[in-house]
Amino acid sequence: MYQVTEKRDVPPNIKMFKVRAPAVSRKAAPGQFVIVRTDERGERIPITIAGAEPEEDTVTVYFAEVGASTRDLGRLGEGDGILNFSGPLGNAIPVKGYGEVLCVAGGVFQGVNLYLAKALRGEGNRVTCVQVAKGMDHLFLVDEAREACDESYAVVDDDEGGGLKGLVARLLDEKKMSRVFTFGPVPMQRAVAELASARGVPSSVNLYPVMVDGTGMCGACRVTVGGATRFACIDGPEFDGASVDFDELTSRLRYYTPQEKIAMVLNERGVI
Amino acid sequence: MPKQAPEERKSNFDEVALGYSEEQALAEASRCLGCKNPRCVKGCPVGVDIPGFIGLVKERRYVEAARRIKETNSLPAVCGRVCPQESQCQMSCVLGVKGQPVAIGRLERYAADYERSSGAQGPARTTRGGGRVAVVGSGPSGLTVAAELQKKGHQADVYESLHAAGGVLMYGIPEFRLPKDIVQAEIEYVKGLGVNLHLDSTVGRLLTVGELLRAGYDAVFIGSGAGLPHFLRVPGENLKGVYSANEFLIRTNLMKAYRFPEYRTPITVGRSVAVIGGGNVAMDSARCALRLGGEKVYIVYRRGKGELPARLEEAENAEEEGVEFMYQTNPVRFIGDDRGYVTRMECVRMELGEPDASGRRSPSPIKGSEFLLDVDTVIVAIGQSPNPIIQQTTDGLEATRWGTIVVDEETMATSISGVYAGGDVVSGAATVISAMGAGKAAAASIHNYIEKRGQSAT
Repeated sequence: MYQVTEKRDVPPNIKMFKVRAPAVSRKAAPGQFVIVRTDERGERIPITIAGAEPEEDTVTVYFAEVGASTRDLGRLGEGDGILNFSGPLGNAIPVKGYGEVLCVAGGVFQGVNLYLAKALRGEGNRVTCVQVAKGMDHLFLVDEAREACDESYAVVDDDEGGGLKGLVARLLDEKKMSRVFTFGPVPMQRAVAELASARGVPSSVNLYPVMVDGTGMCGACRVTVGGATRFACIDGPEFDGASVDFDELTSRLRYYTPQEKIAMVLNERGVI
Repeated sequence: MPKQAPEERKSNFDEVALGYSEEQALAEASRCLGCKNPRCVKGCPVGVDIPGFIGLVKERRYVEAARRIKETNSLPAVCGRVCPQESQCQMSCVLGVKGQPVAIGRLERYAADYERSSGAQGPARTTRGGGRVAVVGSGPSGLTVAAELQKKGHQADVYESLHAAGGVLMYGIPEFRLPKDIVQAEIEYVKGLGVNLHLDSTVGRLLTVGELLRAGYDAVFIGSGAGLPHFLRVPGENLKGVYSANEFLIRTNLMKAYRFPEYRTPITVGRSVAVIGGGNVAMDSARCALRLGGEKVYIVYRRGKGELPARLEEAENAEEEGVEFMYQTNPVRFIGDDRGYVTRMECVRMELGEPDASGRRSPSPIKGSEFLLDVDTVIVAIGQSPNPIIQQTTDGLEATRWGTIVVDEETMATSISGVYAGGDVVSGAATVISAMGAGKAAAASIHNYIEKRGQSAT
């Protein structure tokens, strides 16, 4: 069992957990993820790591309650145990001197983005951070971003990135960015990657397709990158934003939507 | 051996083969001649004392019979169910020359099941004092290495990536062929020998092989299996509804998706299911698909019936349950609807030419023979190669271009001193018992390695 040592609610449906996992906390790096299983009947849920505190033996994660499995997890409180917490999995994002970089995150991924931004700044990069949420009251870690980055912006937008696009385009035009990193909903990451590509700036997108084992065994997470099939769990999750087949990724992410809806309704009614 | 009737079993996940009654076991055991020079033992990759344990069965000393097997094989209830005895021990049985060989596997199963249900305690933990060995992977080879080393007085710590121990025995082979509580009972026996089991521990990520050696382990055994699924590389393969057999079986067996939504992992099986491939994994996938509600389940295999790599028994079981076999047929592309779900599969007929490197007649497409098959679910079961994580994160570990780890065939030693490997990660996808045989050989040479090191240190 892996104990939840700290829990925080973030509107509208996000939970922050600090989880006691000493070995994982010593090894975790930005861009990697854990696979979490709440109990015996649980799904294996991939969650991106948003921080590691080896001195406290803990790992920080944020997750949105979007289905039955994440709701099961969200019901745990401080002191409760998570049955499985496996990681760190996936490749870490190379943290090195790029120069001027832009880090853009949507939705639940603010913690993950800041984890990377801090590491990049530690390597001497000049870091500009953009935080996107669907509503003013859904923005979080805004003060932390201001403190951790050289420049930071918070914008309200929908998934399509309408207002976000203007801001990112302006930042890309004003500054000579060496690289753009992005985390968040697929339409948002795609919009950011396209803006970067149009200006010849390399972009790194971070993909979380449907996964089961998270170690290369099942192939559920296959994505087409540069015309070839890659597994997000062992070849990614970071990929070159200019080469990803986003249409296929979007379609595959909706694979189990009908089943998830059924499970969610039954879960809400206390049937399962 | 009694089995569940096909009509009944094709809609449940309960074990198909029901096992011998005591009378049947005694009758079968009485056929064994107890040869002085038993050829069956030579046919067994781990060298089980077959006449010895059958002799004990004859005397109704079933617990002792199971113990006799466990001297050389820690997983008898597993092996009694999934070993291809017809091409190993039973193939060498003298009685087979003129009639039926002794049903060694069924007797092994009987003894092991008897011991387990009798609640008889296993042997006590062996004494310590030897070396410490890290075992990567808790599948058949890893469990065998760990148990054997423990018996020789060493401490074995097993690191497993998944949330359950057993490897392919848990995630791959279905419940109706190998019940999971039986696998767990045999793992409990191995743990009872003193083996430490660390779950949720992906070597190559959480810890590297180098870090294990630096942490004070005298040796490392890599038994990480052949977990990377192959795909056909034809258009449409990433449509929804197209699974690798690995994914389909992991969802079904390890995650118990057949009990969704009580168990949270979903799976989709439509009316018409095509399983691509002709091996045991294909048979398992097809039989799971039937049980998950598939009305038409096809095995689509590019060669002929005579070339099926699956055990005959498994192909027969599948056929009895209603799986339809389409031989000399190969998919060319998959076609989907506007929501991205697979709906049809274009196939081509194959003709068989001269034998290829594998000794089987090589298939080639017949021009103009293309046809369409309506499918809602496709399961690609054309093989696996080793998981690359360890090879990518271990400096100096020699691997082939297929990703298998290179070892000395006798000692199972890799290119790194103190690091050994065995099972599917070395051989490519093979059988449970051949992985156990490799584990046994590796345990013997790890033991020698540690002894020698101890001598040179004093």
